[in-house]
Amino acid sequence: MNAGWPAIEFVVNGETRNVHVPPMKRLLDVLREDLHLTGSKEGCGEGECGSCSVRMNGELVNSCLVPVLQAQGACIQTVEGLACDGELHPLQQAFLHCGGAQCGICTPGMLMAAAQLLANNPRPTVAEIREGLAGNLCRCTGFKRIFDSVLSAAAQTEIPMASETHAR
Amino acid sequence: MRGNAEAHELIAPGSLDAALDLLADEPGEWTPIAGGTELMVAHAAGGLNAKRLMSLWGIPALRFIETTPGNIVIGACTTFRDLRDNGAVADDLHLLAKAASWIGSIANQSRATVGGNLVNGSPAADSSPALLVYDAEIELASVRGKRRVPYTEFHTGYKRTVLEKDELVYAIHLPRRFARHRQYLRKVGTRRAMAISKVALAANALIEDGSVREIRLAAASLAAFPARLYRAEDAVCGGAVSPEVIQAARRALLAEVVPIDDIRSTADYRKCVAANLLEEFLVSLKTEGPQ
Repeated sequence: MNAGWPAIEFVVNGETRNVHVPPMKRLLDVLREDLHLTGSKEGCGEGECGSCSVRMNGELVNSCLVPVLQAQGACIQTVEGLACDGELHPLQQAFLHCGGAQCGICTPGMLMAAAQLLANNPRPTVAEIREGLAGNLCRCTGFKRIFDSVLSAAAQTEIPMASETHAR
Repeated sequence: MRGNAEAHELIAPGSLDAALDLLADEPGEWTPIAGGTELMVAHAAGGLNAKRLMSLWGIPALRFIETTPGNIVIGACTTFRDLRDNGAVADDLHLLAKAASWIGSIANQSRATVGGNLVNGSPAADSSPALLVYDAEIELASVRGKRRVPYTEFHTGYKRTVLEKDELVYAIHLPRRFARHRQYLRKVGTRRAMAISKVALAANALIEDGSVREIRLAAASLAAFPARLYRAEDAVCGGAVSPEVIQAARRALLAEVVPIDDIRSTADYRKCVAANLLEEFLVSLKTEGPQ
């Protein structure tokens, strides 16, 4: 970290973090390089593939397109924040159970897009799942199993909602 | 080549007045950035020319939807997610709500702003055809005051607008007078999500006693900037929609559009599809009868 840059403070997965980085540094790079949260992946780097998806103030964003200055004061949830007390999130369990992850590069983004979808719509139809995940690309062509995973997670009775999984 | 974050300055003025002061003090020096869905793409690729940027994200005075009996006013930094979620927009400007739902993906819609879409000035801008057929007016702000221009006069060339160096887009004004109009919007792209349009057409028409009393047609990706199709409108307005009128409208459209060949499509394809979209709309007017 370079102390020459002004501090930017935000909450990640419930924990307040301070970084001293160039304000135009991408949130994705800050998460990965400065905070060592390497779950969020870089695929395209231009907001097309969704691999870097995180939730910011309750909305899904591509962290590769967010200059970190705009995260000042925000509450951010990354894939590392899904599991709680060592227990995988129901979506993570469903992805494991249904084979929703293959090479794994798209998986963190898929999980965050799915978490966003279920926070707003706990019982989505397949069409709604397809729309909710339309900005996330899987190069292994595993979309069917990914959609099945989200359906499976949604079918469970206890889906943690945004207020429970997302730091406020 | 990757972008270098250290090569760019980014500040957050925090208020509309502070942003306008900066623009007035050093005209042309500062590039506004809102949701970053355009500029950050260029930045990542090392192609962002602007060295000094000011963030408009998080300025409440620019992110609002105000509804009065006669108008809906949308702040420039309103996101497409905000537009999708707004009941008045869904009821009175449903083509705009529809366009918002097609932009990029959920993650793009939660960041991309309607003002950014206009200022970026892409010929393919998704919100533009709907705004054009709704008679949008664009309100610009500077320390000198505010002024309004019809959206039809906002774009002056490819990626050029009437914005002065010390001005920001402040808001978009839309009259609530289209509830009785037939409305149409269709985008043709490679796939539903993320795709930049090959062609998009928005339309509305007021039908009375079997005649077209008003019609507005607007297209994206058929010229250097999104624009109304006045000649095609003239070919239809004032009478009933007959097969002859449809053919005349197709010819008028083909005579006024100037699409290009590019990586997404060809000029010929764009022309053919645009005429077919127009015909689809006109046929729907004819078969559904007067309201």
